[in-house]
Amino acid sequence: MPWHSVGEFFAMGGYAPYVWGSFGACALAMSVEPWLLRHRRRQILRSLQRQRVADGVSVSWSPAHLESPR
Amino acid sequence: MPRQHFRSFHYAAPATFYPLAGRLQPLFMALAVVLAAIGLWIGLLVAPTDAQQGEGYRIIFVHVPASWMSMFIYCVMAFWAAVGLAFNIRLAAMMASALAPTGALFAALSLLTGALWGKPMWGTWWVWDARLTSELILFFLYIGFIALQSAIDDPRRADKAGAILALVGVVNVPIIYFSVRWWNTLHQGASVSMTQSPSMARTMLWAMLVMALAFWMYSIAVALARVRNIILERERQTEWVRHAMA
Repeated sequence: MPWHSVGEFFAMGGYAPYVWGSFGACALAMSVEPWLLRHRRRQILRSLQRQRVADGVSVSWSPAHLESPR
Repeated sequence: MPRQHFRSFHYAAPATFYPLAGRLQPLFMALAVVLAAIGLWIGLLVAPTDAQQGEGYRIIFVHVPASWMSMFIYCVMAFWAAVGLAFNIRLAAMMASALAPTGALFAALSLLTGALWGKPMWGTWWVWDARLTSELILFFLYIGFIALQSAIDDPRRADKAGAILALVGVVNVPIIYFSVRWWNTLHQGASVSMTQSPSMARTMLWAMLVMALAFWMYSIAVALARVRNIILERERQTEWVRHAMA
């Protein structure tokens, strides 16, 4: 291991803002994207449900049904 | 034989691909998380300090994977766009649309991490040199593809227009890749070359490759999640979505 202390690790030899900025930006982007996709999915499923209700189909239906392999 | 032929197109139908993608997506995401953990461990805790760049070089472990993925995703996107255009397969066109935002994200991350690396090493966030400029063009190609598709209301026409843009833009990918050889540039040469033995320490190389693999698995996972959303939106009037209940 190239580090002698935790402080040394976080200091990154003086490059801390650049190194952690890069890793942080990637971590942030790669957490936000899946979250946005899940959020969008829920929106679509809700609107599908509304559409069904509007169509007058009264069977108990929940978005979860789209989860199950058909 | 005709039956066999039919079989191979089985998953080309959105209705059959939708549940398959749903099963595969968490698998690829789990792989991405595990590989990223291993890659970060090697890259941050095992790989030695670089003789020239000190600890600053560690940006390579996110910069190179992001850059590779931005180019690779574009090729895959152009491939699916071409398949969709040539064989008129809706799912292929949907795959192309699903890949574009993730490709744009990686192009942006490549430019951002590159700027954060350029500042301490070259003394500047940005130079208009061949490598950086062609990567910026790649980012604009993704944005153009997304904008063009969202500007056209009819999805089938949007698919066709997007496919043509994606295919024309694919010439930019080899330009990015070979730019460091074709032109004088501040950017360092290829990190991994087919013809030469790697110029960096073995642990550095491993960390980079594992991180690249993690980014790859992540890309597959999010592309599958997005294509599922696209399928649901576009097929909302079809019987199978309306009667998706078992």
